[in-house]
Amino acid sequence: MTAPKLKIKNLTTSFATPGGIIKAVDNASLDLGQGETLAVVGESGCGKTVLSLSVMGLIPDPPGRITAGQVIYRDQDLVQLSEQEMQKIRGNSLSMVFQEPMTSLNPVFKIGGQIGETLRLHKGMGKQQAAEAAVEALKLVGIPNPQKRLENFPHELSGGMRQRVMIAMALVCSPEILIADEPTTALDVTIQSQILRLLDNLKHKMNGSLMLITHDLGVVARVATRVAVMYAGQIVESAPISDIFKEPLHPYTQGLLNSVPRLGCRMELNPIPGNVPALLNLPKGCRFNPRCSHAFDLCREQEPQLIDRGGRQIRCWLHR
Amino acid sequence: MNENILEIKNLKRHYPVSSGLLSLSKTTVKAVNGVSLEIKKGETLGLVGESGCGKSTLARLLTGLEKADHGSINFKGHKLNEWTATERSTMLQMVFQDPYSSLNPRQRIGSIISESMRIHKSGSKTEIQRRVEELLVQVGLRPEHHKRYPHEFSGGQRQRVAIARAIAMNPDLIICDEPVSALDVSVQAQVLNLLKSIQKEFGMSYVFISHDLSVVSHISDHVAVMYLGQLMEIASAEELYRNPLHPYTQILLDAVPVPDPDMQGEDVIIDGDMPSPISPPSGCPFHPRCPKAMDICSQTQPKLKETVSGHKVACHLY
Ligand SMILES: Nc1ncnc2c1ncn2[C@@H]1O[C@H](COP(=O)(O)OP(=O)(O)OP(=O)(O)O)[C@@H](O)[C@H]1O
Ligand code: SF4
Ligand SMILES: [Mg+2]
Repeated sequence: MTAPKLKIKNLTTSFATPGGIIKAVDNASLDLGQGETLAVVGESGCGKTVLSLSVMGLIPDPPGRITAGQVIYRDQDLVQLSEQEMQKIRGNSLSMVFQEPMTSLNPVFKIGGQIGETLRLHKGMGKQQAAEAAVEALKLVGIPNPQKRLENFPHELSGGMRQRVMIAMALVCSPEILIADEPTTALDVTIQSQILRLLDNLKHKMNGSLMLITHDLGVVARVATRVAVMYAGQIVESAPISDIFKEPLHPYTQGLLNSVPRLGCRMELNPIPGNVPALLNLPKGCRFNPRCSHAFDLCREQEPQLIDRGGRQIRCWLHR
Repeated sequence: MNENILEIKNLKRHYPVSSGLLSLSKTTVKAVNGVSLEIKKGETLGLVGESGCGKSTLARLLTGLEKADHGSINFKGHKLNEWTATERSTMLQMVFQDPYSSLNPRQRIGSIISESMRIHKSGSKTEIQRRVEELLVQVGLRPEHHKRYPHEFSGGQRQRVAIARAIAMNPDLIICDEPVSALDVSVQAQVLNLLKSIQKEFGMSYVFISHDLSVVSHISDHVAVMYLGQLMEIASAEELYRNPLHPYTQILLDAVPVPDPDMQGEDVIIDGDMPSPISPPSGCPFHPRCPKAMDICSQTQPKLKETVSGHKVACHLY
């Protein structure tokens, strides 16, 4: 096995909230390998976005801060880099597609200008050269009439087109690593298919790695090679794709898989009871214990650690 | 034979819009453009389609919140508008997508759930109170929750409150517009199970609207596929999954990401976005994106025809 492209080690990101300090990401460790598509799944608020923003060095401080751990990329710890050093990496060799396209596309600038800006900044291109590269980037993501589109403002595009522009922007500098946060959640399924295929093709073309954040297990099954499952700020399980779907080890992963309705199957669902706990009010012991049908005394007393197990990681007292 | 609780014929709703900044000419958005459907007693009709296809407009027409420009809605043997608003509200209820905005934040849960019972004076104060507590238990909440306010509940719990409100008067039909779309998968599954078990117990019909074909096929007896204001195909849920006829349905089924890495389809991908409902394509509205389109498809609009018993499709291939 080759060394991972990106290594997240014991990462903790905390936020000061009116109710107290929360650890939105708590002691997360993950590797992203060359050519991999690593999916990070979990329900709303489990820390997926905070994890990706932490890697990108984009946690708003205050109220947030990376309070422990490392993000190792090309033998350096990104957490320790200054904002200036981080800016050189961000958008260049490490890039992100954000969950809400409209918050990251500036509504008052034309598409062409926004893509060109990145190129001038990172690649030192001139205006003409940047415009040409922008056309190429739009072509790459399958936007018809790219020349004409450069003159459009973000609101003049459909949702699917906007998402393509976002991806084009993230990819103009040919990053080694792309983090895509719910890139298809707001889109219709037929458009979602187009975008997922696009991301996969581009990953191959650029010989890069993709970290895909999603809450949709169907999307995971379609494109991922590895999966990390998050619950209440922690990674509870990670494994190659076939292991997660065929032999999920963590009771939460099992519960998630039993909760998804499947096409053409009308059998009753077997959902996880109860709700996700608030980060300010976490149960003692394993965070999943109040909802877990396997919980025993130890689970209610002591928190299990994330342990390695034959190419997988698991955080559960059933697997010691 | 199972009787129809709701029948709609050739329903149309066109919204006027001004086209362009300087142009004075008015055009229309054909949000619902000739829809005919029936819903049987005790059954769930799923209505699936992508954003902007007219699902929610159709829902508002069915509830009488909005008037159709054309066509008829028959509810329990009478025209929908022949029933008074009060009569309607006992027989026909709604559950919406957003469990945050559909409940009045200043009203206690008990008062939200009992509103229609109080309007219809369906019992004494203590009887209504007892019924509220019974309803709370039925939807998986606790009796003492009646004292709380909506903000004290999670999204899934609020959707349970909305369901309790909808079933309070034992309605014949509940229109559910994206009722689980805002919920996380584990909570979504809880609410789907709740809707199913309530239907089993009380026998009401549902119209279940969603963009999520997996959810729709899970909960529905029949499924109607909508595109640009029109129905493309209707069949039983099983039949639609096993034997989809319309090219759009086939593509939609194929596009749904299935949570099983060994069951990934051929990945048939159509290009382009859904055209604007302001100037829908001539002929079959799907023809510009259809991989099987023929000459006739851009010229004549196909009618919804029954191919095998209970399976209808609007496509020139059949
Ligand atoms: N700027 C912030 N200030 C305070 N708390 C925050 C901030 N950003 C995120 N959080 C908290 O961190 C936790 C994790 O949030 P995050 O956005 O990472 O979740 P997520 O898994 O991406 O959810 P979703 O699926 O809804 O996008 C949440 O409890 C959230 O409220
Ligand atoms: S540690 Fe215990 S409570 Fe937690 S998931 Fe494992 S069995 Fe369940
Ligand atoms: Mg997020």
